[in-house]
Amino acid sequence: MTGKKLLLGDEAVALGALHAGLSGVYAYPGTPSTEITEFIQLNPLARERGVRSRWCTNEKTAMEAALGMSYAGKRALVCMKHVGMNVCADAFVNAGVTGVKGGLVVVAADDPSMHSSQNEQDSRFYGKFALVPVLEPSNQQECYDIMADAFRLSEELRLPVLVRMVTRLAHSRAAVEIGEPLPQNGLDPDSERTRWVLLPGNAKRQYAALVEKQPELLRRSETSSRNSLKLGMGLGVIACGIAYNYVREVLPEGVSLLKISQYPLPERLVKELAAASDEILVVEDGQPFAEEQVKAILGAGYPVSGRLTGRLPRTGELNPDNVARAFGLPEKPVHAPALNLAPRPPQLCQGCGHRDVYTALNKVIAEYPEARVFGDIGCYTLGALPPFRAIDTCVDMGASITMAKGAADAGVHPAVAVIGDSTFTHSGMTSLLDAVNDNAAITVILSDNLTTAMTGGQDSAGTHKYEAICLALGVEREHLHVVVPISQNMEEITRIIREEIEYKGVSVIIPQRECMQTLARRNRQKKAAQ
Amino acid sequence: MKTDIKLAGVGGQGILSIATVIGQAATATGLCLKQAEVHGMSQRGGDVQSDLRLSTEAIFSDQIPLGGADLILSMEPMEALRYLPYLGPEGAVVTSSRPFVNIPNYPDESALQQELDALPRVTKMDIEAVAKSLQAPRSANMVLLGMAARHLDILSAEDLREAIRTIFGRKGEQVVADNLKAFDAGYEGIQ
Repeated sequence: MTGKKLLLGDEAVALGALHAGLSGVYAYPGTPSTEITEFIQLNPLARERGVRSRWCTNEKTAMEAALGMSYAGKRALVCMKHVGMNVCADAFVNAGVTGVKGGLVVVAADDPSMHSSQNEQDSRFYGKFALVPVLEPSNQQECYDIMADAFRLSEELRLPVLVRMVTRLAHSRAAVEIGEPLPQNGLDPDSERTRWVLLPGNAKRQYAALVEKQPELLRRSETSSRNSLKLGMGLGVIACGIAYNYVREVLPEGVSLLKISQYPLPERLVKELAAASDEILVVEDGQPFAEEQVKAILGAGYPVSGRLTGRLPRTGELNPDNVARAFGLPEKPVHAPALNLAPRPPQLCQGCGHRDVYTALNKVIAEYPEARVFGDIGCYTLGALPPFRAIDTCVDMGASITMAKGAADAGVHPAVAVIGDSTFTHSGMTSLLDAVNDNAAITVILSDNLTTAMTGGQDSAGTHKYEAICLALGVEREHLHVVVPISQNMEEITRIIREEIEYKGVSVIIPQRECMQTLARRNRQKKAAQ
Repeated sequence: MKTDIKLAGVGGQGILSIATVIGQAATATGLCLKQAEVHGMSQRGGDVQSDLRLSTEAIFSDQIPLGGADLILSMEPMEALRYLPYLGPEGAVVTSSRPFVNIPNYPDESALQQELDALPRVTKMDIEAVAKSLQAPRSANMVLLGMAARHLDILSAEDLREAIRTIFGRKGEQVVADNLKAFDAGYEGIQ
């Protein structure tokens, strides 16, 4: 079990959690966090120990179930991409107020540069907002090591602990030294009712207790081995998480360097650095979270620069080049970009059912110049690109149905929503209920490929249940259609779309055909088994 | 000693298998390694790249700086050109010569080949044709790795062959044999 292993940052987090005595992981797939849960699902030790690891319906159900496991005394992990934090924020913030019993660690994987996301929000703000500790590993070894720290810290402080990852670390591989696994916690449900029942009377007391814990959180940060200060001369550098690697890659000799991997920001170390330096440069991936606080700690008279001042770019991820530039290092001459080059954007797979859906939809929509098509999050968002250019919006999980409804309320007609199966169970069901209750004149296309395809084909929570769900939410039988999106059925599908657009109430059309990727994978597995 | 490799291709062409083999060889010989991959949205027929850094010393950044790559290793000629600003002054380009055209505005092919040929250190081969002629059509990426082995001072060809045996071992002897054959064809430069 011990020794060196080549692991992605995500896999190192997963193994670190398992070896910290994990009893359950709760997650909804999302790039760049998906591989954490997948690793646990396939890990022999996890199987041997009965670690609970199935995919959840969304990040909020994941967070709540993990809190329940923690309540019962066991160590639980929640994993998500950064925007998942928005979905589970209610549970996450209140878990800070109740506190936890068994260690509860939440991993949020941020996506600076938006490689696969709609924004580059920085999850460290959520930690500060909920008044809980945040850990931010800088490399794969630290991903593994920090998980045992996180669970221990969570149990000692009786608080959830947030671990912040970024894409570049989540999806980068390096050798990691592996230790011995710790035992799991036994079943030991909490019986301290007053802290778990957040009626105002209890909540006030709990919240005051949370605020009272803050000096202890700060003390832990200031004495943590994860935060280290090396004093030199002149420029002082604060490097947070992965930024530490870029700084070390290009580091000019002799500067002072404060590495931060645990928050709240260690004020004492920041002040020591400032006292030994002429100015401070804050290097952090994501938003200027530390930079703003460093300015506040040191006051207006002390020169602090970083992403806010433009010394580093305000948007996009850090890299060795923009960090070298911030240090004023001479730029090496580089090859000019090639002349014979064209962008190659991702596209829907050949043979994908979403293609047939968009072909049919575009055919009908061409007859309605006033039509608007509200899209959602998934592979089918690629329908916004040529050759389809089929959707007008893509905002957040589930927004297609509710935005179509709101637009219909305002008078847009036809208002069509396109949503995938997994996104529908994640956040579209409540939207559909609103639409039904208002009898909104919308046409919902629930494009069902029987999987969560965008993130690599994870189980989708509602597979084989969509018709039943729609009926139960109040969609009328005669306005609910299941079709198979293949070219032979194009005539039938376009006819149904046309008729339902003309219907002034909620209709749902479910084109249902397996994802080409999961189909190919199943066939390969079948062949290998023969 | 250190070697930085920019791996390039189109989603689904198998650049990550190349990275896995090099990674295995590096680990087995005790080198430090960092390999940044691309997952998620970009894998759907879009351009993909991976930064692979090997060194006898500790490596910090997961990303290769501009002008820092010793080698651009590409499964597709236009994708090789995409990363030119990352190529170091002494760096080499090893690429498949066969375009993968899945976009309407793919550049003029002869102009593209000319631009590639004008680079100081470039090796091209129709790796898919070679793999097909060896009756190992799924091993084109190993032909490319064989070509690259000529430019990798930090790992020997035998280190890479051993890694191929380890990585593909669980898929059976035939798969190992096909991949070794493909690797050797690339290494020997058989057209």
